[in-house]
Amino acid sequence: MSAAVPVTGMFDCRNAYVETLEALAAEDSRIVAVVNDSVGSSKLGKFRERFPERLINVGIAEQNMVGVGAGLANGGKVPFVSGAACFLTARALEQIKVDCAYSNANVKLCGISSGVAYGELGPTHHSIEDLAWLRTLKGLTVIVPSDPWETAEAIRWAAAHPGPVFIRLSRMPVPALPRPADARFEIGKAELLREGDDIAVIACGTLVHHALAAADLLAADGIETRVLNMATIAPFDAEAVIAAAGTGGIVTAEEHVVRGGLGGAVAECVVAERPVPVRILGFPGFLPTGSAEWLMEQHGLSAAGIAQAARDLIARRR
Amino acid sequence: MAHRAGQGHPGGDLSAADILATLYFGVMRIDPATPDAPGRDRFVMSKGHCTGALYSALARAGFFPVEELTTYLQPGSRLNGHPNRAYLPGVETNTGPLGHGLPVAVGIAVAGQIDAADYHVFVLTGDGELQEGSMWEAAMFAGHRGLGNLTAIVDRNGLQQGATTEDTNALEPLADKWRAFGWEVMEVDGHDPAALLSALAIPAERRARPLCVIARTTKGKGVSFMENQAGWHHGVPSDAQLAQAFAELDAELQA
Repeated sequence: MSAAVPVTGMFDCRNAYVETLEALAAEDSRIVAVVNDSVGSSKLGKFRERFPERLINVGIAEQNMVGVGAGLANGGKVPFVSGAACFLTARALEQIKVDCAYSNANVKLCGISSGVAYGELGPTHHSIEDLAWLRTLKGLTVIVPSDPWETAEAIRWAAAHPGPVFIRLSRMPVPALPRPADARFEIGKAELLREGDDIAVIACGTLVHHALAAADLLAADGIETRVLNMATIAPFDAEAVIAAAGTGGIVTAEEHVVRGGLGGAVAECVVAERPVPVRILGFPGFLPTGSAEWLMEQHGLSAAGIAQAARDLIARRR
Repeated sequence: MAHRAGQGHPGGDLSAADILATLYFGVMRIDPATPDAPGRDRFVMSKGHCTGALYSALARAGFFPVEELTTYLQPGSRLNGHPNRAYLPGVETNTGPLGHGLPVAVGIAVAGQIDAADYHVFVLTGDGELQEGSMWEAAMFAGHRGLGNLTAIVDRNGLQQGATTEDTNALEPLADKWRAFGWEVMEVDGHDPAALLSALAIPAERRARPLCVIARTTKGKGVSFMENQAGWHHGVPSDAQLAQAFAELDAELQA
């Protein structure tokens, strides 16, 4: 594998989102953005300058925002409906279910500042239940990009895909993941980032770089860790999970409650096909006050936390 | 249909029937042979539970065989209790939960506005449905955008599932509410074909504002024992009631 020139620094994936969306919009006049007064938090100010008639701001009204998105799709547009993930997914869940998923509408839902990105603002502003809600909706593709490259790829894929998509975006800074120069984004496929047969770590979104760092920590102890980036939560790559179960144990890590998200999806596969212990790292529920970083640290959502969970699983096995 | 299926929403079907007949056979520019034609007029059934009326209109407009109406609500039928566009051509968006159709219709109208397209968007809402907040989110935005290519028709039969709208959560003064949200408003007899035709006709010049047609209707219209009875929101006529209902409707047609 030829290694790409490493991109250093930390990135806010919203930039990759809007830059890609602007580039797509310049090529395809069907692309429109729909927002709930969230031009700033969605970083769509420049999009509005370039394409003023294609930025549709419905005001603070999420149910209408998603319904309008479905209507725009009916009228031949390719709407990117952007809002804070907490309001987009919770307030408009029935519109996402009925108007988008059940109606198979060509709507792209972009949940901004997902997970615990709004840390100190508290549980009303955290979006840590959304994967559980949305991955059960048949026909809705659910993507959780891990870095700027994958964000851009996911946006491009969504624009070209004729159907409903939810893209879970974060504002938390993440590094660009090390990838070969010829890396390709494949929807519905886990990305193997590191080989290993002692234990597997499956992560998504902001946790993927922590999973890779955890693998480094474990390697120092002589433990070879398989690291999978599960960017697509629905449809789910059961095959990769079942293969990962061959290592004898799986740790999952996600910015989500421990019920029903990535870990839940992994557990469903494993239980049915190849039962092995699964340790699900995530949040217990409504969280106390604290920064996003602090909240994640507190719940083992860090390199050290993932490594410890892996060691615990391996110890149980012996 | 409700009699054969053993369930249904005959009260609301009958209050909406004349409105649907006017739209499908007197107003809309649609072709069942090309149900996805980009320039078609759109109809969105926001009161998605009244499929008895909607399916009858779609079948008679040629979107599927009239004989298929006998499969209404039967296992595996395309004629589900609420419309599904994956099953049936002519259905623009799936509805059922109230409060969904108007936002979607607004979105279609926004697309038409951006494209300066020629098509017109019609949406039929229940009156009880206007207790849903999402309807007013959409109404506010339609007024703000000046969607002159949008007509909302309110099936104002005055009854919801258990009682009158006014006893439950009053809607009046309803016309004032729509006007305050930036709409033109017309009030018509929702069972008078000529009045409906003139209210729903697509204007040659696009309006500057969306239009709300408040159609004063009678729930259970045309069947004496159903008229204005909340109990017939959902209800199934017995054999004798069915015979009486057909006799009354036939007599009215003859008159």
